[in-house]
Amino acid sequence: MASETAQPGFWSRVQRASVERLHIRLESLLVLVALSAVMAVLSPYFLSLSNFLNILLATSTIGVLAIAATFVIGSGGLDLSLGSVMGLSGVAGAFVAVNLGWWSPLAVLACILAGGIAGYINGQLVTRAFVPAFIVTLGMLGLARGLALVISQGRAIYGLPPEIVYIGQGRPFGVPMPVILLVLTAIVAHCLLAYTRFGRHTLALGDSEGAARAAGIRVEHHRRIIYTLSGALAGLAGLLFTARVNAGDPTAGINYELTAITAAIIGGTNLFGGRASILGTMIGALIMGVLQNGLTLLAVQSYYQQMAIGAVLILAVFIDQYQVRKESRV
Amino acid sequence: MTLLVLNGIRKSFGAVDVLHGVDLSVEAGEVIGLVGDNGAGKSTLMKTITGIYRADSGSIQLDGKDILPLDPGQRRQLGIEMIYQDLSLAKQQDVAANIFLGREPVKKLFGLFPWFVDKAEMDRQAARMIERLGAHLPSINRSVGSFSGGQQQTVAIARALTFNPKLVIMDEPTAALAVREVQSVLDLIRRLRSEGIAVILISHRLNDVLAVTDRIVVLRHGRAEANLVTARTNMNEVVGRIVGGGDTSAAAAHEQRG
Repeated sequence: MASETAQPGFWSRVQRASVERLHIRLESLLVLVALSAVMAVLSPYFLSLSNFLNILLATSTIGVLAIAATFVIGSGGLDLSLGSVMGLSGVAGAFVAVNLGWWSPLAVLACILAGGIAGYINGQLVTRAFVPAFIVTLGMLGLARGLALVISQGRAIYGLPPEIVYIGQGRPFGVPMPVILLVLTAIVAHCLLAYTRFGRHTLALGDSEGAARAAGIRVEHHRRIIYTLSGALAGLAGLLFTARVNAGDPTAGINYELTAITAAIIGGTNLFGGRASILGTMIGALIMGVLQNGLTLLAVQSYYQQMAIGAVLILAVFIDQYQVRKESRV
Repeated sequence: MTLLVLNGIRKSFGAVDVLHGVDLSVEAGEVIGLVGDNGAGKSTLMKTITGIYRADSGSIQLDGKDILPLDPGQRRQLGIEMIYQDLSLAKQQDVAANIFLGREPVKKLFGLFPWFVDKAEMDRQAARMIERLGAHLPSINRSVGSFSGGQQQTVAIARALTFNPKLVIMDEPTAALAVREVQSVLDLIRRLRSEGIAVILISHRLNDVLAVTDRIVVLRHGRAEANLVTARTNMNEVVGRIVGGGDTSAAAAHEQRG
């Protein structure tokens, strides 16, 4: 064997350990800390407890979507329909609760179910019809948004029952409910992705479909489950959003897939699959949350925020690919 | 008893006849080199052994049992393992993840949740497997893609060994390797033989084949053209059998240098 070249430096060893043991890219953590420091200097309100909870609250919807994006991208797929499916799910839940007047838990179920069905259709089309995921989910982006507008007849559905509003606005122990639900979802998702056979097969599948197939993993079946899971999570995000704003808004979640995918990529998910972690994604989602919150506190127009998110996505993928190329040259 | 016996294997794809009645036998713990020009039918023959292709006629017996009707999964359970040239590794996952892909050991977390992968057990067994091969890897927790070609080959062989194979078919294992790594892969093949595992080595690198095999089977136009005992043959004869007569000294000399 070749003699080992110079010992890797301290920094690269710390990096490697953090990736291997904690499934976190250190760079993203540093970006989060640096960004928070800058915002704290620029705005006196940034470091208050209420603002901290604001950031978490604003991150909760994006965070759930980013978890969905992490599973799909980690498996070598792509889900561009996240934002639209979230909007559709919120409308579906509100329609069941308000227009049909059904029992609130059924409305909650309707949100998850609407998302899950949309995701299931995505999965079926990707694995059976051999249409690329990019096209399938782009089509679903249009389909789900259109259906949301049809169901709601283009107007937001108001008058949700208090039990559902509590999911969005309740504050047990002073912590907003959406934040609690995000944390619970993230814990379950982290265990699923990092410690179970399902999660390991997901990453192996994104790494090399051929290797996964050769190892006896039912590749198509696995992909269908992942797209369904992604849709169901978008449904949960739709529920959180609808409950928080107390309305089934058919235009909810427009462009959210952009932010969610960005959060997942910043968190260390390989755009082409095979590497992903929920902890990383949560850091990525927080970075997006802090960025949006900070820009709002600094009274930057929301148009510019949209530009910032787009730029961050391209930058994150650029840095990731740069590192991959650097490593492969060794 | 002879481990594997092929008799009169025929296979055609539409109008194209690829195998015209191939006979082949492999003893337990024997290393067979399978050589032949491109299009001679090497890959097709191997795929009829692993069960990916079903032979049109002929018989295949493993330990005296007819395995012709069995599918690839069943044949693998009986001990036929194939390592493809691309190795089928998940490059961003670590050694243990690759060795146990699809068969990860699980444990119960807090005695409740039964689906948790037992990473410690996986690492332990993977390390033992690598040690059994007498190989050295930089770290068992590093992604396989960061390894050299020979080290990746080691991981692929270690994975094949977890199925307790009787026969390992290796497709061009030394084709893409650095010179010094070729030796360590040849050592791995010798290690398999010493454990009583038979190996069929498909290779264009005749030097490697001559160095490590017990017998060399030359495939030509879909037939087993020659069955040579490695100790009693040489480069000239092998090359002559591959190209089928004519003046082969120039080609043989070229291979010798290579």
